[in-house]
Amino acid sequence: MEEIKPDKTINIKGHVCPYTFVKSKIAIENMEIGQVLEILLDYEEASRSIPKSMEDHGHTILKLEKINETDWIIRVRKEKE
Amino acid sequence: MEFSEEQLQRYSRHIILPEVGGKGQKKLLDARVFLVGAGGLGCPVGYYLAAAGVGTIGIVDNDTVELSNLQRQIAHSTKTVGMPKTESAKATFEALNPDVTVIGMKERITKDNILDLIRDYDIVVDGSDNFPTRYLVNDACIIAKKPLVSGAILRFEGQVTTIIPGEGHCYRCLFEEMPPPGLVPSCQEAGVIGAIPGVVGSLQAIEVFKLILGKGETLKNALLIYDALKTTFRRVRVPRNPECPVCGDTPTITELQDYDAGYCRL
Repeated sequence: MEEIKPDKTINIKGHVCPYTFVKSKIAIENMEIGQVLEILLDYEEASRSIPKSMEDHGHTILKLEKINETDWIIRVRKEKE
Repeated sequence: MEFSEEQLQRYSRHIILPEVGGKGQKKLLDARVFLVGAGGLGCPVGYYLAAAGVGTIGIVDNDTVELSNLQRQIAHSTKTVGMPKTESAKATFEALNPDVTVIGMKERITKDNILDLIRDYDIVVDGSDNFPTRYLVNDACIIAKKPLVSGAILRFEGQVTTIIPGEGHCYRCLFEEMPPPGLVPSCQEAGVIGAIPGVVGSLQAIEVFKLILGKGETLKNALLIYDALKTTFRRVRVPRNPECPVCGDTPTITELQDYDAGYCRL
């Protein structure tokens, strides 16, 4: 499957909970429905909690990947306001 | 929708709530709320509105801080005794949150100034301590079509109700006329237990948040009664009275009247 290109990318490395989700949520609120947000993070707990909370808010997780020793990438598609 | 780093931290526990988020927080920052009274109820209501980032808070009160207020009026302090309550509260709320502008009005609200005072505000909160003011605020909010969150406390009891003109009941649907002065507790009978304004004021602040955010169910068409001695909350349904003199189908009160009638101001 062809990889979806993100409409917006945020780097929240160095942030911990709940600011990891605060930043991600503000970013996705400012986007249009159907657009894709890519989040780069290095806080392990958030690699589990952000996808869960985004799904609870009704969005779709397209990708969750550990890209190196310290970092993760999450891609989320905005599904609703 | 832009927030500073400080705002993201300050409001983080709001932003992560599905019912609030960045958009809801922006609504709070843009909201303008008018408080009648900077006393027992006005202090906790203003405190929580300021903490939540309600951007503009107007407060009208003509009194100065007295030592006897400090047992329950938490925005004031021993150091501000003698200072106008509006000034004392403004200093407290703005110190808590620099995002908030507090507009203090040291004056009595009357039938002649109330409509001008509330004109630029979205919501009115009544924390007054006497019936003439309570009826004046009710009638003015119905005439000006402003949502009103009304609270009252006495001894070990508190009441809260939310009045949405054109949608629900009003204070006169509950109690059509002011009680005669003889039935109102005299000054020396009107004790109030210290934390009760905190309970009732917090309930009022939450009603205001829900109105601003457009979430949840308010106390529209209902009266909530808190009995602190029994530790009970009772929610009583209050239908709009079609015969109500101010919000009924054929109102007889279409402009503000004189409300003062020899009441002992508590």
